[in-house]
Amino acid sequence: MTALTDARVRPEPGRGPSLVRIYRTEAFHEFLKLIRVPMFAVSTLVFPLMFYVIFGITFADQTAGGVGVTTYMLATYGAFGVIGAALFGFGASIATERGQGWMRLKRVSPMPPLAYFVAKVAMATAVSGLIVLALFGLGATMGGVEMSIDRWVSLALVLVAGALPFSAMGLAFGYLVGPNSAPAVLNLVYLPMAFASGLWIPITQLPDVVRSVAPALPPYHFAQLALGTFGASEGGAPLLHLGALAGFAVAFLAVAAWGFRRDEGKTYG
Amino acid sequence: MAITTRSIPTTPTRDERAVLAELRGASKRFGSGAAAVEAVRDVDLTIRSGELLAVLGPNGAGKTTSIGMLTGLTRPTLGTATLFGRDPRDLAARRRIGVMLQASGVPETLRVRELLAEFRAYYPTPLPMAEIVDAAGLDGLEHRLFGDLSGGQQRRVLFGIALAGNPELVFFDEPTTGLDVEIRRALWSTLRGLTRAGRGVVLTTHYLEEADALADRIVVIDQGRIIAQGAPTEIKSLVPGRRIRAESSVPVGTAERFAGVQRAVRDGTWIELLVGSAEPALRALLAADATLTNLTVVEPSLEEAFVALTTRATIESEAAA
Repeated sequence: MTALTDARVRPEPGRGPSLVRIYRTEAFHEFLKLIRVPMFAVSTLVFPLMFYVIFGITFADQTAGGVGVTTYMLATYGAFGVIGAALFGFGASIATERGQGWMRLKRVSPMPPLAYFVAKVAMATAVSGLIVLALFGLGATMGGVEMSIDRWVSLALVLVAGALPFSAMGLAFGYLVGPNSAPAVLNLVYLPMAFASGLWIPITQLPDVVRSVAPALPPYHFAQLALGTFGASEGGAPLLHLGALAGFAVAFLAVAAWGFRRDEGKTYG
Repeated sequence: MAITTRSIPTTPTRDERAVLAELRGASKRFGSGAAAVEAVRDVDLTIRSGELLAVLGPNGAGKTTSIGMLTGLTRPTLGTATLFGRDPRDLAARRRIGVMLQASGVPETLRVRELLAEFRAYYPTPLPMAEIVDAAGLDGLEHRLFGDLSGGQQRRVLFGIALAGNPELVFFDEPTTGLDVEIRRALWSTLRGLTRAGRGVVLTTHYLEEADALADRIVVIDQGRIIAQGAPTEIKSLVPGRRIRAESSVPVGTAERFAGVQRAVRDGTWIELLVGSAEPALRALLAADATLTNLTVVEPSLEEAFVALTTRATIESEAAA
């Protein structure tokens, strides 16, 4: 006789499962899902590196913001890569799983809802770390970037931390747009936004119209924070950029929370 | 149209078995204003341990919404839903249930074993992995990616997920829809096994045959309301077994008095009878009208059966009023 058909031994009331185990399993499975879909890994990893080589290393003799182009673009393509990882690894994946109905199955299970989101943020942050590491490797070797160790470290920290506000943005879009259109819509937002925020071409070289729009875009503030770690920021106090990013994050989270509640209505029948 | 459930015979409520889950006066409205849809209206539902309750109704009747309210997926607009005496959205309550939803997409790039492990982690005392694999018939599939499985195998994974926490109460939303007869029968015996161990099982279905074969109690739901509930034999006695249709001049009033006729309707030169069993009514009908032509006897669809039930409920409530 097995436990399934036997009169069961019940746990004492109130005892919960191991939270560590839940979070560990969720995070590990996020990682598995990621590496088993090579397209995602390749596009989010390869594009920032490729652009860095094309627009940065090719023009290594030029300067921007008072530093060498390869140094400058370490910050901007780092930001570009991190934003991509957060928007697609987090936002698009939530949109897809919501569409599949996977989220509903999770919601009727006793999964702590936070575990689902924390695992995805952890994954987006880890992928961001990988992108930054690879980019730094390219910069230090082919790009000939030379900085003090504390600048390298602070740039890395700012870049990786940027995964958080943009995960919130990805989450908002994941809830706002249909699961099938999420990747397309995200690309439509991501690429022009990255360009207008000076992530591809230094902001100082962009037309005035674009430069006046840039402060309204979250990636602009992210890039300025990253550039600020080695004194190449366009201006504005770091706290101001941080505040702007936090404001955007809160707004995106509010949209996501609204979408989460709206999902409740999709259970006809 | 005034419909009430009170006039339909129900099983006695004297029952000492523990109440596992309950809806009380639960209504669920989706949307607001003119576009509002009331998916469930004033539903009372009680599930006790060791009981297999079938929620029977056509598509869109409110079955899934009722399950959704009991499993914490959605909150009643009015009334209450409780699960082990708690709010179903409370994790502690949901640790004691298992759920198999009607349609669940599962990440295709996870392996069967990983999916089961993910859900096992949510429970303090999950069922051993080997037992889940065995009960859900997943032997040899543990290392396959979900996306590589056939439709039937994928359903079995979802079944395994529902059992992962060794639940005291298991919900199955249309578990057999789209399964072939053989697999359906195998699932039935598994479901019966679950209740033998003292678990409560709630299953939604639109097959009367399935509810009849499995359930201790059937709740019939249509257009968001419970229109009948009781033991399978009670429900079957309310639902027409056959529909007789013929061109005949027999008056409706006469036909209604034939043995076993639940409802008689005239449609031009045609008369239509909904009956429990066909033979007694047929004998009477043929005796009453020697010129009768174009006779057919068919098994009514569940939808027609519900119309018959709803109409009965209306007539009886009006008579009572």
